[in-house]
Amino acid sequence: MRSASKSNRRPIAGAADLRSLALQAALVLGIVALAWFLIDTTLANLRARGITTGFAFLFRPINMPIAHSWLEFVPGIHTYARALLIGILNTLTVSFIVIVAATVAGTLIGIARLSPNWLLARVCGAYVEMIRNVPVLLQLVFWYQMLLQLPSPRNAITVVEGLYISNRGIRYPTLIEAQGGGLALGAFALGCAVLVALVYLRNRFGSERLKSRSFLPAGVLLLAIGPAAVLYLSGTRISPDVPELRGFNFVGGSSLAPELSALVIGLSIYASAFVAEIVRAGILGVPKGQWEAAESLGLSRVKTLRKIVLPQALRIIVPPLTSEYLGITKNSSLAVAVGYPDLVAIVNTMISDTGQAVEGIAIIMAAFLTISLAVSALMNWYNRSVALVTR
Amino acid sequence: MKHSTLLGICTLAASMLAASSAFAQDASPASSRTLETVKSRGTLICGVIGTSPGFSLPDSQGVMRGIDADQCRAVAAATLGDAEKVQWVLLAPQQRFTALQSGEVDVLFANVTWTMTRESQLGLQFPSIYYYDGQAFMVKKALGVNSALELDGASICMLTGGTSELTVQEYFSANNMTYTPVVLSEGEEARAAFLADRCDVYTIDSSSLAGFKASQGEAGEDFVILPERMTAEPLGGVVRKGDERWFDIVRWTHYTLVNAEILGIESGNVESFMDSEDPRIRRFLGMEGELGATLGLSNDFSKTVISQVGNFGEVWARNVVGVDRGYNNVWTKGGLQYAPPFR
Repeated sequence: MRSASKSNRRPIAGAADLRSLALQAALVLGIVALAWFLIDTTLANLRARGITTGFAFLFRPINMPIAHSWLEFVPGIHTYARALLIGILNTLTVSFIVIVAATVAGTLIGIARLSPNWLLARVCGAYVEMIRNVPVLLQLVFWYQMLLQLPSPRNAITVVEGLYISNRGIRYPTLIEAQGGGLALGAFALGCAVLVALVYLRNRFGSERLKSRSFLPAGVLLLAIGPAAVLYLSGTRISPDVPELRGFNFVGGSSLAPELSALVIGLSIYASAFVAEIVRAGILGVPKGQWEAAESLGLSRVKTLRKIVLPQALRIIVPPLTSEYLGITKNSSLAVAVGYPDLVAIVNTMISDTGQAVEGIAIIMAAFLTISLAVSALMNWYNRSVALVTR
Repeated sequence: MKHSTLLGICTLAASMLAASSAFAQDASPASSRTLETVKSRGTLICGVIGTSPGFSLPDSQGVMRGIDADQCRAVAAATLGDAEKVQWVLLAPQQRFTALQSGEVDVLFANVTWTMTRESQLGLQFPSIYYYDGQAFMVKKALGVNSALELDGASICMLTGGTSELTVQEYFSANNMTYTPVVLSEGEEARAAFLADRCDVYTIDSSSLAGFKASQGEAGEDFVILPERMTAEPLGGVVRKGDERWFDIVRWTHYTLVNAEILGIESGNVESFMDSEDPRIRRFLGMEGELGATLGLSNDFSKTVISQVGNFGEVWARNVVGVDRGYNNVWTKGGLQYAPPFR
């Protein structure tokens, strides 16, 4: 009797499973078929209209100028692929600077908005409301136009001798070395790595007494002496490169172009308003009892924030902050409006040079998808490390 | 429940199939499909830049003005009999080819330089050259620069999406000079940056520089266009490949304008030629032969074009300010504009 009822039930469950499986398989098949169809139709249409397809152009040299680049780029010799890499690096640069700046500024503003000081709280409230309700493209163009209103190089503002501000950007002195500069930089990087490893080892395995001791003096010593010793031993001579006005513009030193400045200022201010709201929500999300308990222990407001509230608020803050960071990365593509050579701007030139728009857009999409997924993965990893661990 | 989901999926799949087969049909070449589309729509959709003084820029009344705009009007007059039946689509330089390839516009008059790869790789064709141009540099007079060879170290404002970036690069590396590019995506922005002194130089085709200079009125006197022309930039109308008849129509509309100027026919006096005994003129204006009909147009399309838009000289005089006609004159007056025989 029992076994009969069991054998009766099983086929029913099996049929339901099978049906849902078949349905899902049909759906997946449908999507794959749709994608295949669209791609195939596109290719057929491009062929029919005599439009060249494929990514072969990536390995041909391109003769475009790039205003801002971390890598050496010689137009006419280097390839489209290298220009693309420079575009991606420029996009990452802007995104990184803006993420750091917006996080710092946004956190301060978010905390200040909850301050018992009436004026401070209201000013920060007004800032957030004003900034986040004006389209970001408009803000970028506004900042760019503002920076262009600065005096021309011949009438540049001299902050100190060697540091000039004009509508061509901020010109500052740099150091140039005859040789061995790379070695010094390497020594500095190595010093940093050793320091980070030491701090990690101390926190992980060190005794309580060791943990309470600061590594700061030792760290500074390590970071200063290491590169200095390398420079001395390799016989490098470093000389300052101070900008001076010659011909059209300043020559020498290094400069921060107004295009990059406008982009960084505009995006940072815009994103900081959103970060401020996320931080405020996080802080308000911590139960009031935590504040009261801290107060009854005699902790100051700042200490309560730092030691009690913010660590708990972080759990609430991190997930929405992740989407904000993704937003920043994607908004960096507005660079094209203010003439900064980010990925989109460079691909735009490629498209007009090769006419292969479909490939160009596909490259932009793939690059942004990769960057966004990486940011997301990084933040998810961080989220796990701050999340409440239930045992 | 489950059945309705399944039904939904099937419907979706069927509609996709239908949609994609419609796309597929679109790809097959058919003769003069564009003309049929234009006629049944009742308007010509013309792609222009829309922010380019002298070529296409709305005037204070909102009417599109410029050589490009008048070329569009001429095609509309030839195909629809009414020069005003044009729908303008404004395109930034990097959008213009995609818009034409995808069929969003019927024809492109958008400061496009005729180059080999644009014909060999983009599926486009250039029926006419309506402006013989060359890329040039403009600087402020106050800089005291007289030649492009004195521009070493300058900051240069330019537009993305065209050939200008590449041209500047070639010119500067050929002359062993360096420069800082400031590459902007819209003409307005690039010109604003030049006016704000962000760059020492603004570069684009000399015709556009002249248009910009003229649009500045008195202040335009502070600018000087340097004499060097870095490239030959033949600006042409553009159509999609695969519709040869449409190519013919756009091409012969341009030749109509040129031929009218050569024959001395203008918008004001075209009626007086209607009793001409000259067989060239009788053929040209459609009183004899079947020239218009062979293109699928009305036989007197050239008369319509001339009376509504004028001849090439009129179009030039109406739109181009402060530029010597030079190469752009008709061949009988020492220029390069030439019309093959209407016979």
